[in-house]
Amino acid sequence: MRHVISVKVENKSGVLARVAGLFSARGYNIDSLAVSQTEQEDVSMMTIVVRGDDRIIEQVKKQLNKLIDVIKVSDHSDYPSVQRELALVKVNAQPAKRPEVYQLARIFGAEIVDISLKTITLELPGEPEKIDNFIELMRPYSIKELIRTGRISMNKE
Amino acid sequence: MTGAEIIVESLKKEGVEHVFGYPGGAVIPIFHQLFNAPLRFYLARHEQGAVHAADGYARASGRVGVVIATSGPGATNLVTGIATAYMDSVPLVIFTGQVSTEMIGNDAFQEADITGITRPISKHNYLVQNVGDLARIIKESFYIASTGRPGPVVIDVPVDVSKAETKFAYPEHVHLRSYKPVYKGHALQIGKACRLIEEARRPVIYSGGGVISSNASQELREFVEKTGIPITTTLMGMGAYPETDPLSLKMLGMHGTCYANQAVHDSDLLIAIGARFDDRVTGKISEFIPEARVIHIDIDPSSVSKNVQVDIPIVGDCRHVIAEINKSVKAPDIGEWIERLRKLKAENPLTYKDSEAKIKPQYVVERIYALTKGEAIICTEVGQNQMWAAQFFEYTEPRTFISSGGLGTMGFGFPAAIGAQIARPDRRVFDIAGDGSIQMNIQELIVAVQHRLPIVIAILNNGFLGMVRQWQQLFYDKRYSHTCISFAPDFVKLAEAYGAAGIRVEKKGEVDEAIARALSITDRPTVIDFRVDREENVYPMVPAGKTIKDTITMELL
Repeated sequence: MRHVISVKVENKSGVLARVAGLFSARGYNIDSLAVSQTEQEDVSMMTIVVRGDDRIIEQVKKQLNKLIDVIKVSDHSDYPSVQRELALVKVNAQPAKRPEVYQLARIFGAEIVDISLKTITLELPGEPEKIDNFIELMRPYSIKELIRTGRISMNKE
Repeated sequence: MTGAEIIVESLKKEGVEHVFGYPGGAVIPIFHQLFNAPLRFYLARHEQGAVHAADGYARASGRVGVVIATSGPGATNLVTGIATAYMDSVPLVIFTGQVSTEMIGNDAFQEADITGITRPISKHNYLVQNVGDLARIIKESFYIASTGRPGPVVIDVPVDVSKAETKFAYPEHVHLRSYKPVYKGHALQIGKACRLIEEARRPVIYSGGGVISSNASQELREFVEKTGIPITTTLMGMGAYPETDPLSLKMLGMHGTCYANQAVHDSDLLIAIGARFDDRVTGKISEFIPEARVIHIDIDPSSVSKNVQVDIPIVGDCRHVIAEINKSVKAPDIGEWIERLRKLKAENPLTYKDSEAKIKPQYVVERIYALTKGEAIICTEVGQNQMWAAQFFEYTEPRTFISSGGLGTMGFGFPAAIGAQIARPDRRVFDIAGDGSIQMNIQELIVAVQHRLPIVIAILNNGFLGMVRQWQQLFYDKRYSHTCISFAPDFVKLAEAYGAAGIRVEKKGEVDEAIARALSITDRPTVIDFRVDREENVYPMVPAGKTIKDTITMELL
């Protein structure tokens, strides 16, 4: 099962390497990883999406907790949370095909951020599942480039 | 005060008396301060020797071992020793030199990213970027190394930081919001554990290195006395409970006693204390304890339910938790079980076929036990020598058996013996070695000679890398691929060249005399070259990944 794990860490050099190294050394697979600042200057938040059975996820959390620079580990699968991601999709779209792409973009709330003679680049924020769906719908137009930020997650109050 | 002075002052504040290491370009400022410092410095002849010696010192004394080495190759030479200490949870603080801060990342002379290299094999590490942080980092390092589940901490000190000046104030307290080891076990869990113990009919205690590192031997003995439950230990846990006691089942696992393995397999309750269900203990995990419920006491939450599902996990310091259990636990009714194990023990003793024509390595270990009245501190190398030292010596006190368990580092034993002898000048220290392992750090002989350490190096010389040869014999069609090392130095002459005493023993009748002579030499180390039976094997043996049903004993062959 896929888990979204938030790791609050000391904002120090080497912390990302420590966390990433733990995953590679123990053979856990990271689906996505997002790192950023938080409301506290000396604290960073890592949001890690990792797949595994309950035992593996339990180990991942315990091993993360063991790192000296890790302040708190929380599994967002356990509580209701808001999860967001941002995708940039560059699709091949000859003028004839553009209206279709525009329409799909409007339905999903994607913004057009660049247009060239042959391509349209769309920006879509939202829940990861919504982005997955959008990408599937874009595939027939031939995706030239695709990039996603990795998921961030916040527990609901 | 300069960074280098701060390091020395901080070591004094931490009560450090002995430091192991090796100088080099990036640590000259530190060594400049060590010159007159009120610390005993031991100059190893290879950095690996320094870190193993500090490790042996830490294991024998229970204190933090300290190492100083230079940047680049000095630091990378420490890596095996750091990994060894990490796997066995030994508290070390290791200072490495680093090129100056403005040179870092430039592939400067003798530059290596040692914080990067040691990240997965140390409990924590630091690169000091500002001399103002140095005292705090040292304080934190000693705290992190010695608390919770202990382990090595590396402090990488760029040479300009050693030279830079700041005001020195050694912090009184450590403030780490992200590191708060749990010592007290959960009261509710302890209550549940007590009830499970009282209801058990076939309980076994499985005690590991955590009992020794938390100094819980006394509490463990009380626990066994109160409950009458039989006890087996891991390799790392030997000595926590006297093996001479009838309730001791000695070591379990791949080369453990048949009765310990059978008892654990047949148990209905396994009480794991400071042990981590290592693969050398469990064998095939799915068939390890088919009928047992499990209580697991460990300070490291990540060790609990890692390999084996646990019914009652108790995260906490072994000493605290056992003491709490002792307060309320009642003895279970296990008369039948004890009787069954007594028989099992009598019917399957650890044994070997002795010989008059050849010297059996097990015989040598038994004679060392007899002639030292079991009071020696035994360090081992890795391989057959290690297993025989574990099997044929009876350990009765903690910190008297010192061996590389987790990493299985050849070349560990002798430098560790140096550290152990420094920690325990009141005891005789033996390194039970193989002719392979001893050659991995033989250069440290000069350190023992220089400091007049009366260590006895008992080489069980069979001309083979014996444990690998044993596997080749049993599982690889006797193709002894590159394990024959009979092309070897003359260990007696080698010892003498270093200024140590050297004795060769080729007949069984000479064994006692040689050990006695070594014991009479008290101002330098002695190397005894025991020419033992070349193809003796370690039994019993549960082959890797197999179950106790597949145990190979001498009789089966």
